Amino acid sequence: MSTNAVPVATEQYNYGIVKKFAIMAMIWGVLGMLAGVYIASELAWPFLNFNIAEITFGRLRPVHTTLVIFGFGGSALFATSYYIVQRTCQARLWGGKLLPELTFWGWQLALVLGVITYMAGYTQGREYAEFVWPVDLLITVTWVVYFAVYAMTMVKRSQPHIYVANWFFMAFILATALLHIFNNLAVPVAWNSLESYSLFAGVQDAMTQWWYGHNAVGFFLTAAFLGMMYYFVPKQAGRPIYSYRLSIVHFWALSFLYMWVGAHHLHWTALPDWVSTLAATFSILLLLPSWAGMINGIMTLSGAWEKLRTDPIILFLVTSLAFYGMSTFEGPMLSLKSVNALSHYTDWTIGHVHSGALGWVAMITFGSFYHMVPRLWGTTLYSTKLVFVHFWLATIGVVLYIVALWVAGIGQGLMLRAFDQYGNLAYTFIETVTFMHIPYVVRAIGGAFFLSGILLMSYNLYMTISGARQSASAEGRDAVAAAAR
Amino acid sequence: MKHESIEINSGLLIVLTLMVISIGGLVEIVPLFHIEETVEDVDGVRPYTPLELRGRDIYVREGCYTCHSQMIRPFRDEMLRYGHYSLAAESQYDHPFQWGSKRTGPDLARVGGKYSHEWQAQHLIDPQSLVPESIMPAYPWLLESELDYSQIEERMVAQARVGVPYSRTQSEYDANVEQFGQEMADKLHVANGADMLETQAAAEDWDGNPDQITEMDALVAYLQMLGTMVDFSKYEDGHFNQFR
Repeated sequence: MSTNAVPVATEQYNYGIVKKFAIMAMIWGVLGMLAGVYIASELAWPFLNFNIAEITFGRLRPVHTTLVIFGFGGSALFATSYYIVQRTCQARLWGGKLLPELTFWGWQLALVLGVITYMAGYTQGREYAEFVWPVDLLITVTWVVYFAVYAMTMVKRSQPHIYVANWFFMAFILATALLHIFNNLAVPVAWNSLESYSLFAGVQDAMTQWWYGHNAVGFFLTAAFLGMMYYFVPKQAGRPIYSYRLSIVHFWALSFLYMWVGAHHLHWTALPDWVSTLAATFSILLLLPSWAGMINGIMTLSGAWEKLRTDPIILFLVTSLAFYGMSTFEGPMLSLKSVNALSHYTDWTIGHVHSGALGWVAMITFGSFYHMVPRLWGTTLYSTKLVFVHFWLATIGVVLYIVALWVAGIGQGLMLRAFDQYGNLAYTFIETVTFMHIPYVVRAIGGAFFLSGILLMSYNLYMTISGARQSASAEGRDAVAAAAR
Repeated sequence: MKHESIEINSGLLIVLTLMVISIGGLVEIVPLFHIEETVEDVDGVRPYTPLELRGRDIYVREGCYTCHSQMIRPFRDEMLRYGHYSLAAESQYDHPFQWGSKRTGPDLARVGGKYSHEWQAQHLIDPQSLVPESIMPAYPWLLESELDYSQIEERMVAQARVGVPYSRTQSEYDANVEQFGQEMADKLHVANGADMLETQAAAEDWDGNPDQITEMDALVAYLQMLGTMVDFSKYEDGHFNQFR
């Protein structure tokens, strides 16, 4: 594929909404990762809590997770899904100007309200679903509109065939709706109170929450980003997807299996063993479709490997798939009860999440954005060299991060279960906290590397866009001058 | 049916996808509401008193669950460190559950009674003054903030709506007397909410400041009851294994 400027099909497609979401994805990405580096630093240097309620770890942690998952990830998914559905269906986004705009403002408002309410101490106390009930309602409305816009654009497509990327986006939209609604069932304290109590209690509540929690990973952070992968990898490589048949198997197996695995977050708890065993079994099965997807993506490049040397965008895309393969191997391993007995409650889990979230989700987004943004504005990328630099900053950041947390997690897990020669516990809890100081420092440094990468990317994209605007207005002036002559 | 017929029909694609993603949740979640052994039948587990309930709200508000679990697993090291493994029954009134997923700090499922009220309050005001290596944030404002319990009755009613046996009527009250004894039933009666909260706050000097009902009073009262409801000495060793 040529990297030359491609004419912008403004009339044919609604690119305005894609641009807005893309810009917000970058802004939330920077803020969310900044919050991440800050809370990581609070664990290494607790004075950073400064005795200020609003910025203590407990209140800032949901700010970080919400901004990176729903702010950065969510806005990136809105942007790319609107871009892909229009291009692969060859149809303008349904819903006129109003409905897509509604999804934009609804989503951004929910994020802003989320940050403010968490810092003020209003939360449902459910991981990745901390939004208070009025914001949950706003998200529900926004999501229904999103579903309508996406589905109707698919319905009025001018291509007979629905491209595979759209299946994944559709599964993501449907699953997220299902999860969001059932996990947020709650009774408010009063109509004018932001607080509420969840409908379910104890073991049932835990199961519902982790059914939600793991499928937020499975559908929000995986299926949807696979949709991104199935479009941008073939596009950037200039080759068709490796195996269409494999993508069919990949899609149905992944959609079916993911919904069973959430309970592996509750091994050895008061959740009945039969659920936990089912979840572990399906987690291992899930390795197959996950690797099918990874192989399908990576093999799309076969015969074009030399592009890895010259095209940093391909480098991002392939590396993201490699991290996807790695973390979808680590996941089933962590879901084995014997491994989980050690890893659960430790930083190993956090490291695993980040090898997926930074290595897979963020990197595939970076690659996709470097491909998409110049095309949206009808220009070329400001600097390819900066993309290389970004790639290395990001890769070094992820590696530092996950290695540090392997050390912290496995180390703490082993210390907590160590006995001395008399059969007493060998270590107190606080000794494990002291042990984790250095890994925590390294983790914060890894995060800072990753953050500096996305800052560089923001600069690169900003220069790309402002360059496009200048040349567009220059062309405009020329045209006016020519007409005057 | 050829797969192609799904690829060219968006309605069919949506319906089939919805079916495929619904099965896992249905099989794993719905039975938990119907299989009786899921939540053990244990003496002593009761709803939170009004003061403890407000303490629990503060625990949720400050995001304590991001670093502390309330779920002890059935391992030798956890038993030695924290006590008997947690039962599902012990969190049956927890809306939302607070089992947690990460132990940056120790498990709190049975922290109740391990330390004095004074220790707990001091530890929350300045953790490093008691545990120098601790990385926990300090929460000095809890002692300075007066506890807002203006909506305590609404809170108890909302809890009752999701199934916690706070009593609103005489017959509900009578049922509570039978199940929890009269003293506790009085505390769980919605109409008594504010009175009972004040009584419990005054009964013990939770935060070292007897003149004022602070957020610290509520949080310490909550922490001090965690894991104390079930008297495990009443059950034979291994009694609870049948429920696992």
